[in-house]
Amino acid sequence: MHPAFSVIFLTTLIGVGQGLFLALYTGQLYSVIKVLPVQDSPGFYGYGSLLALVFLVGGLFSSFFHLGRPERAWRSAAKWKTSWLSREVIVLPAFMGTTFIYSMIHISGWNPVLFSLSDALVVDLSLFVGGINMVLAFALFICTAMIYACVKFLQEWATPLTVVNYVLLGMASGFALSTAFASYVESDLIHFYGGWAIVLTVAAFITRSASLIRNNNIKYKSNLSSAIGIRHTSIKQKAQGSMGGSFNTREYFHGAKPSLFKSIKWIFLVLAFVVPVALLTSALATDMFILFLLAFIVQYIGLMAERWFFFAQANHPQNLYYQSL
Amino acid sequence: MTQLALVIDLNVCVGCHACVTSCKEWNTSGTAGYMSDYNPYDKDPTGTFFNRVQTFEVGEFPNTQTVHFPKSCLHCEEPPCVPVCPTGASYKRELDGIVLVDYDKCIGCKYCSWACPYGAREIDENQKVMKKCTLCVDRIYDETLPESERKPACVLACPTSARLFGDVNDPDSNVSEQIRDNGGYQLMPEWGTKPANHYLPRRKTNITIHRDELTRVDNPLNKERQLPMPDDDDQTLDDIMSW
Ligand code: SF4
Ligand code: SF4
Repeated sequence: MHPAFSVIFLTTLIGVGQGLFLALYTGQLYSVIKVLPVQDSPGFYGYGSLLALVFLVGGLFSSFFHLGRPERAWRSAAKWKTSWLSREVIVLPAFMGTTFIYSMIHISGWNPVLFSLSDALVVDLSLFVGGINMVLAFALFICTAMIYACVKFLQEWATPLTVVNYVLLGMASGFALSTAFASYVESDLIHFYGGWAIVLTVAAFITRSASLIRNNNIKYKSNLSSAIGIRHTSIKQKAQGSMGGSFNTREYFHGAKPSLFKSIKWIFLVLAFVVPVALLTSALATDMFILFLLAFIVQYIGLMAERWFFFAQANHPQNLYYQSL
Repeated sequence: MTQLALVIDLNVCVGCHACVTSCKEWNTSGTAGYMSDYNPYDKDPTGTFFNRVQTFEVGEFPNTQTVHFPKSCLHCEEPPCVPVCPTGASYKRELDGIVLVDYDKCIGCKYCSWACPYGAREIDENQKVMKKCTLCVDRIYDETLPESERKPACVLACPTSARLFGDVNDPDSNVSEQIRDNGGYQLMPEWGTKPANHYLPRRKTNITIHRDELTRVDNPLNKERQLPMPDDDDQTLDDIMSW
C-alpha cells in the first residue's frame, strides 16, 4: 500500500497521547493503593494529561488531510455497527473529551470523593473519570488496529499481532514521553516510568519482530491465476489498461526502491527500539532531562518509520492485476 | 432475490476498448457527474474509469494465447467494501444487488478501496469521492429508452457481444444459462466475496453436425430427380446434384 503521511501522523500521535495518559493514570492509581508517592495534582496529572491532549489534537488534525471531503467527516460516525473506522471516529473524540475533563478536574482542584471501597481505598472523581478514560484508551487502540487487521486479504495486517503491536508501540512511546515529562517537572516517578518505558519498548520489539518474521513467511492466497481465472504457469501481462497510470497504480504500491524499502525496516528497528532503550538507560543513570527527551524524540521518529513500513509492506491482491509495477 | 451482473466472455473479447470508452462517455455525462481526467491530451494521461481492459499473454511462444481481460466492479454478493464504509455511502441495493456509492455522503477516506480485493474502485481526484461501476443504474431502468437499450453502455457497445447482462440468480436467464453451459467462473473465489459478475473461459468452438443435416432437404433439384443420387462418399455440389 502507499503510505499516507496523514495516517502515519494520526496513528503515531494518538498512540503517544494514549500511552501518556495511561502512564499518568497508572501513576495516580498506584498512589491510591500507596505503591507510589502521590504527585502534585494540577502540575503533574493535570498538565500531563493536557500534554497528552495536545498529541491527540495533532493526530486528529492530521487525519483530516486523509479525507477527500473533510467537511463531511461527521458523517463517518454513522456505521459503527459494521465499520472499525466509524468506531474509531466515535472513540477518539470521546477519549479526547474525557482526557480534557480528567485534566480539568486536576487543574481546578474540584475533585469530590465519590465513594470509598475501604478506609484505604477512596475513589474520588478524578480516579473515576480516569478509569473510564483508561477503558477508552484501550478501546481506541483496538479500533485503530482493527481498521487494518480486519481486512482479511491484506494478509500482512490480518493478524492479532497488529492489535498487540499498536497497543505496545503506543504505550512504549507514551511511557517514554511520561519519563521525559516526569524529569522535566522533577517528579520522583522518573525511575518508575523509565523502567516501564524500557520494558514496554522491549516487549514491543519482540511482538513487532514476530510480525516481521510472520510477514516474511506469508503464503499468499491469491495469485495471478486466481485473479484472472486462467490456469497456467506462464502468464505475462501485456497491457494494464492505462497509459499514465491510474488510481490502482498509485494507491496500492509504495513506489520506493527495494533498497530504500529494506533499509527503512532496519532504520525503524534501530530508532524505535535500540536507540531509545540505550538512551533511557543512560538517562536513568545520569538523570539528565535532555537525554529523556532525546529518547522520546528518537523513538517517535522511529515509530514514523515503523508506520511507513507497516503500510508499505502490505501487499494488496489487486496488485496482481498490475504485474509490471 | 435479483442480482444483476455482467458475464464477460473471454473467448470472444478482442480487446478493442469499446466498452471502456462507451462506459466513460455515458457515465461522465450521466447523473453521476463527470469522471475527471488529467493530462488527457498530454504525456502520461490518467483519469477515473469504471472499466478497464487489460491484456495477458498465456503460455510460451509459439503456444501462446492473448487474453483480453475487461475488469470492473463485480457487484459481489458479499461485498467486503460495504461494511467497512464509515458513512454508509457504499451500499448494496436490496432490489437488484447493485453495489453503489452515494457521492453526497462519501468522505473520500478510501477505506473501501482498500477493502476491495479486485481494485475495482477509484477515487475521483477532482471530486474527491469514491467511484465505481454502477451497472449503468441510470439507464437500465430508464423507460424513455427503448427496451432493447435498457442495458449498460458497455454491453451495448461491445462489437463481439462479449458482454452479457442479466440476473444471475434467475436460473432461466441468458446469463445463468451461459454460466452453466460454458463454465462461467468468478475471480478470486478464495476470499468468499461471491462476485456476481462471471467470466466465461477460453474454449474451443465446436459445432455438432448430425448426419441428416448433411443432406439438403430443400434442394430444388431434388424435386425433379434430374440427376442421380451420388454415392455416400462421393463429393457433392448443391447446384449440380439432386441430393
Ligand atoms: S468488486 Fe470490489 S467494489 Fe465491487 S462489490 Fe466487490 S468488493 Fe465491492
Ligand atoms: S471513500 Fe467514501 S464510500 Fe469509500 S469507505 Fe470512505 S466514505 Fe465510504
